[in-house]
Amino acid sequence: MALQEKYQEIVDAANASGVTDLQVREQDNVLYIDGTAPSGAVKDNLWQIYDKLDPNYLTGDLIMNINVTPSTTDSKATVVTEKSNLNVRKGPGTDQPIVGKAAHDATVTVISQTSELWWQVRTEDGVEGYCFAQYLKLQ
Amino acid sequence: MKKLKITLMSLVIAAMALTIQSCKTKLKDSDIQATIEKAISADGKLAGTAVAVKDGIATLTGQLADNSAVTYAVDAIGKLKGVKSVVNNLTVAPPPAPVVNADDATLTQGLADIFKDIPSVKSSIKDGKIVLVGEILKAKWAMIKQTLDKLKSKGYDLTGLKIK
Repeated sequence: MALQEKYQEIVDAANASGVTDLQVREQDNVLYIDGTAPSGAVKDNLWQIYDKLDPNYLTGDLIMNINVTPSTTDSKATVVTEKSNLNVRKGPGTDQPIVGKAAHDATVTVISQTSELWWQVRTEDGVEGYCFAQYLKLQ
Repeated sequence: MKKLKITLMSLVIAAMALTIQSCKTKLKDSDIQATIEKAISADGKLAGTAVAVKDGIATLTGQLADNSAVTYAVDAIGKLKGVKSVVNNLTVAPPPAPVVNADDATLTQGLADIFKDIPSVKSSIKDGKIVLVGEILKAKWAMIKQTLDKLKSKGYDLTGLKIK
């Protein structure tokens, strides 16, 4: 349980800030922390503590999967690509055909986050499809 | 002879005093129960323990996190005033379901999606672990690590990764 002690500060912070469905499991020398945060700020804070305890996350002994509860069913997200457009695809995966684009900094409506990596969205032009969640930030 | 009489007398007095004393310390079950319940609510490690007392015997029920918590509860409650003995009917919570790691095909697809636009990092999979080699900007890495963790791999080998 040494890993759990190393990352105890994250677990304590998660408990204190209202993270639900919190699960802390150690398996094959990797600690898994799962949960749902009430806001993006709570999630960001947990990642900051992680970075403090293990600079740049380089030890690779913690896998932290914190989702954020969407505020409404149709929540808005900002496209946070570096500067390029974000592809909107027919299905979840880069092997799927591109059906549209969302501009950098544009706002899209998030229809579903069922797939954690690929969110189903509707662009400002009304195109519906899947975008890679890494480039979307819930507003 | 006189000395022996005094000794006998004092023994009798001492015995009487002891009897009175023991009568005094015989607590009512309800009092013992209250003492234990107070201790449970005051000590976070005892949370989840329920108690019933009969003739000074405390029966503990409820579910605690693990075996050490049970040992601790039995020991701590056994030491409380008026508790003659402890019957341990405590149970231990079942261990959480194990983490289901993604198979190699899912990991490969996920890595392809994540690193599509990041040619400076080479990704591969070894024994279910994600191996990354190359260099990447800190801000970008912070974002990517969050996405990588959703893949539920068996861990990482990041010895070849340089954060700029």
